[in-house]
Amino acid sequence: MQPSVKRKHRQQTIRRMIDNRALYLMILPAFLYILIFHYWPMYGVQIAFRNFNFADGITGSKWVGMKWFNYFFHSNNFSTLVRNTLILSFYDLLAGFPVPILLALIMNAVPSRRFRKVSQTITYLPHFISVIVLVGMMNSMFSVNSGWVSTIVRALGGTPTYIMGEAKYFRHVYVWSGVWQQMGWNSIIYLAALTSIDPGLHEAAMIDGAGKLRRIISIDLPGILPTMSIMLILRFGSIMSLGFDKVYSMQNALNYSVSEVLSTHIYKMGIQSTKYSYSAAVSLFNNVINFIMLVTVNRISGKLSGNSLW
Amino acid sequence: MKRMNMKRVSAGDHLTNLLFYVLLGVFVVLCFYPIWYVLVASISDPTYVNSGALITLPRGVHFTAYKYAFDQPQLWIGYGNTLCYTFFGTLFGLCVCIPCGYALSRQDLPFRGIIMGILVFTMYFSGGLIPTYVVINTLNLVNTRILLIILGSVSVYNIVLIRTFCQSSIPEELREAASIDGCSNTRFFFSIVLPLSKAILAVIALYIAVHHWNSYYNALVYTTDTRLQPLQLYLRQLLLINTGAEDLGDPDALKEMQQMIASIRYAVIVLSSLPIMCLYPFLQKYFVQGVMIGSIKS
Repeated sequence: MQPSVKRKHRQQTIRRMIDNRALYLMILPAFLYILIFHYWPMYGVQIAFRNFNFADGITGSKWVGMKWFNYFFHSNNFSTLVRNTLILSFYDLLAGFPVPILLALIMNAVPSRRFRKVSQTITYLPHFISVIVLVGMMNSMFSVNSGWVSTIVRALGGTPTYIMGEAKYFRHVYVWSGVWQQMGWNSIIYLAALTSIDPGLHEAAMIDGAGKLRRIISIDLPGILPTMSIMLILRFGSIMSLGFDKVYSMQNALNYSVSEVLSTHIYKMGIQSTKYSYSAAVSLFNNVINFIMLVTVNRISGKLSGNSLW
Repeated sequence: MKRMNMKRVSAGDHLTNLLFYVLLGVFVVLCFYPIWYVLVASISDPTYVNSGALITLPRGVHFTAYKYAFDQPQLWIGYGNTLCYTFFGTLFGLCVCIPCGYALSRQDLPFRGIIMGILVFTMYFSGGLIPTYVVINTLNLVNTRILLIILGSVSVYNIVLIRTFCQSSIPEELREAASIDGCSNTRFFFSIVLPLSKAILAVIALYIAVHHWNSYYNALVYTTDTRLQPLQLYLRQLLLINTGAEDLGDPDALKEMQQMIASIRYAVIVLSSLPIMCLYPFLQKYFVQGVMIGSIKS
């Protein structure tokens, strides 16, 4: 009895697969793309354990075990790179998290619909500026002679310095320019959560004499708490996957000591210095840490709050 | 008593409202002024721009900076390339992602969970730069236009977005009814799913297009040929690498150029960002919609 049920079930599955063969065909291009550009490189990760050169190819190059990892872990760069990456990520995470929430709460509370719409359009705008343009804009506006920020500093009685060229400012500029660029865009999701709060709650609180500020703190804020926790998980999960583009664009000889992070190191070693295997080892290290972070954070948050990504 | 209380509260609310107007006003000015300044500075007299005067309106309007910018052949090559990569990349991305997202939204498809898992895993783990470079080199795609078009056009995130959209807005009953009437999967996709998915089509197209327009990483890594360089790499050259250009003291010939360089930079920034900045307010609702659909997933 049992085997025949199983067989029948299998036959049904095969039947459905044949009936829906067009659907598999629809998946195929994307699947091939992912296979070629994502899984093939994953197979190629083994070059981190080899002495790779292009002539011998991925599998032909000599096996060297953990050589490149040991080299990286014992190099002077190791602690600096990891520290720079972590500090920049954490700072970015902590500074970038509350501002969109604040912005969304304010936008939601402003009575004028028109002003709200206009301010939405304008605060989303920086999101669409490219990294290169953003950094170029900052170079110009902080310029000691011709930048308008320097003019303001002078007007307030200070002495302007070239902020982009000093290591001690690098992290602040990196993080706060990011906040500037993304706060509007990241507030969208909170605004959506705010509009789904039951207006009855506000009406009831108003009858009880609760002021606007009170209602924001006691109704709006708890209302978007689930969204906040999910956004926080997402941010923590990607703590080591610090983007390359902006750091690399902002990097110069003067801020190198704090601006050299794993992703820029991987690029320079791999593409510019052609130390392929070493670079592959560093990026494998980075990716593995990333993956572990994501899984751990997700598991913890799933246990604590029931919010998890999968 | 009660009335007095109400009145007091409403006075307090007025104050809160005022505070919020001011705060939001500050946010808006903070976001807008740096962008506005670029626009205004690009058409202002270079003397004002170089003196760092705070400009709220154009001063001594002239378009010399744009003339200089227009004379840069590399700008036009970059513009053309970016247009090409953006257009074909978006087309490619749509053609690949939309069918896949729809197919994966079908509950009755065997092994959809496994396929989904295989795709989603790549969002969390990647081979890294060099292994990817080696693969692309093996395929002989380094320094080709094809690569810059296809790389980055297909993203699993977008596929998930499409899948979520199809699951929530294309009712199962519709497909069942159609299949009883003898409608094949292909026909159903083209004549029912696509027309019903215009919104998500726009969202995905915009995401891919903006990504292509603004990205420089792939071009930086996979091209050395300047004829293939997109706009952003040219901008990088002009805005970031030549930052010291003002200090290079080669008299006369360079002097006018030096005078102009800040204005030229502003002009080029405006030229490069113009398409997105002009189109964005009209397409805003689609972008916002994309964020919303993305949030359903989590």
